[in-house]
Amino acid sequence: MPFVFASGSLNGPATYLNWGWVGISVTNLIIVLLTMVVFVLAVFLPVPRHEDDE
Amino acid sequence: MATTEKVGIPAGPSPHRNRDDSRMWTNRLRTQFFGTFPPEKLLPDRQPAYVASWIYVFGVATIAAFIVLVVSGLVLTFAGPAWYHTSSVGHFINSVHFWAVQLFMLSMVVHLWGKFWMAAWRGNRALTWITGAIAFFASVATAFTGYLVQSNFESQWIAFEAKDGLNAVGIGAWFNVANVGQMLLIHVALLPLVLGAIVIWHVLLVRKHGVVPPIPLNVSSPDEAPKDTGGPSRPDTRAQTRGSAS
Repeated sequence: MPFVFASGSLNGPATYLNWGWVGISVTNLIIVLLTMVVFVLAVFLPVPRHEDDE
Repeated sequence: MATTEKVGIPAGPSPHRNRDDSRMWTNRLRTQFFGTFPPEKLLPDRQPAYVASWIYVFGVATIAAFIVLVVSGLVLTFAGPAWYHTSSVGHFINSVHFWAVQLFMLSMVVHLWGKFWMAAWRGNRALTWITGAIAFFASVATAFTGYLVQSNFESQWIAFEAKDGLNAVGIGAWFNVANVGQMLLIHVALLPLVLGAIVIWHVLLVRKHGVVPPIPLNVSSPDEAPKDTGGPSRPDTRAQTRGSAS
């Protein structure tokens, strides 16, 4: 929720970042970065093991 | 040979006396299908030890999201926009459908990244990768037509952006994004069936070939590196050292 207040109303236009012809909204960039975090966690987080597992 | 005798499914010659039905297409299809997919292979109890990683969860998470999408989509289809735009339950089911799309796309992308970096096409699994890629693009098309069905201002914007793209690749004559009826039927009828069929094929291929083993660790030079580490479906008879897979 603090992020909402920092960036303004959710109903307003998105903030865009532009490098040349590449443009992406901040929201979209955050989602992409979060997806990468999920991927890294999925690879490195250990799975609970049970005693009867080989 | 076929292990279907264990579950009482006849394979080969007919169980009836004095008759050979082995050449009938039903017999041959049944024999071939249950020969390739015995029940314990279709629904296995165990997986290899290297599957004990969270990265392997995202394929089935994608399927789970797809099932939620189909079920919520069926509710929306039968009840119609006059319901799901006005009632509170309708709003909720509409939201479930929308957020299931987001979870579907997130899971599918993480699944795709995992399969790419583990080179999951190894061991005669090229068709598994290809069906996965086709499913990815079909999913994007399904999501796109779904967004169009909203027929709000944003969907009109993306529709005419897409119209430029479709015209540029020459298929704009057959897919008219301004035709809401066509887009609705493609989203509700055509693409779910196509996507469902592709996903079933994809999963059957995974069942057939097994989960791809990890890339071997102990490879000291490119000359020693096996071009294809095989897997359960194609035994690797070349001498090689294997990394610790368990």
